[in-house]
Amino acid sequence: MKRRLAVIAWLLAAAVAGALAWAAFAPIRSASHDALFEIPKGTWARRMAGEKAEILPDTITLVLGVNDVLLLRNSDTVPQIFGPVLIMPGQDFRLPFEQAGEHPFACTAHASGQMTVVVKPTPPAGLQRLQWRLQSLLSRAPWRD
Amino acid sequence: MIRRYLLALLLSAASLAHAADKLKSGTFDPPRMAPQIAQKAADGKDFSLDKFRGKVVVLEFGYTSCADVCPVSLALLKQAREKLGAMGDRMQVVFVTVDPQRDTAPKLKAYLEQFDKSFVGLTGSDEQMAAIRKAYGISATKKMVDGSKTEYTMGHSSYLYFIDPQGRLRALMPFGRPADDIVHDVTLLAKGQ
Repeated sequence: MKRRLAVIAWLLAAAVAGALAWAAFAPIRSASHDALFEIPKGTWARRMAGEKAEILPDTITLVLGVNDVLLLRNSDTVPQIFGPVLIMPGQDFRLPFEQAGEHPFACTAHASGQMTVVVKPTPPAGLQRLQWRLQSLLSRAPWRD
Repeated sequence: MIRRYLLALLLSAASLAHAADKLKSGTFDPPRMAPQIAQKAADGKDFSLDKFRGKVVVLEFGYTSCADVCPVSLALLKQAREKLGAMGDRMQVVFVTVDPQRDTAPKLKAYLEQFDKSFVGLTGSDEQMAAIRKAYGISATKKMVDGSKTEYTMGHSSYLYFIDPQGRLRALMPFGRPADDIVHDVTLLAKGQ
């Protein structure tokens, strides 16, 4: 009985070690590279009515090779300005990033008028990739800080 | 089993090819027609944006006294035009001043000629230039230089605006991307992508 338990414990430990090794070293694959942010219909009207309509976060964090395309969707009925981009109602704007860094933007969809996109490098194989995978598991939309 | 591997290989090759065909700029979907611009150019000729159908128009908003952004972008555009070789004629650079008070037509013309004689400059009255900025969603802010009552700089968009041969505003490229990225996007747009 003791021996059987020891075998099970060894098998479990091996499985956990295998899973951790996979999480730390397996290449990161992503079904979509888009980090979608939608400005919903009525945002402008709500803001005009004096309501605080926080749609976009202060900071968006993207990761190269994982979710490195910022997708802005204007579902409102008025044009929205995001930095230098005028997005018409019903229009999408996809902005791919290829370099890590911080990108501040002016944005009328944001009550403060300011937003920062932080682009992080692809987590390298090892501890950093393991940490990133664990963090992603805990967060449904990891790009929303 | 082998068939399954072959299919997976084909699919990944197809997705790689698709990725290679994507624009490197930020893109609009669906694209809208680029707002029309019609006025005298800095060289004194009549300018109308829709006359450039069939070419890829790259719009840059800036000013001749700009110390850091505009000269770099214009130099990159010149480089890109050279790299395009025979296709260079399919790309038309239009530089729209955000500082019409200082950027007179002769000054703007002389400035652009230092980079490339084919570059077109646009300047006009404050109202004319403000109307163009509004149509493209551009803001430009005047900032006085510390300790001076006359010297100022202009805060402005540093993006390049790409208009495809059909006259649609298709893409925006952030400042500082290499000339090869411009070549890549102009080539795709010129080919009707």
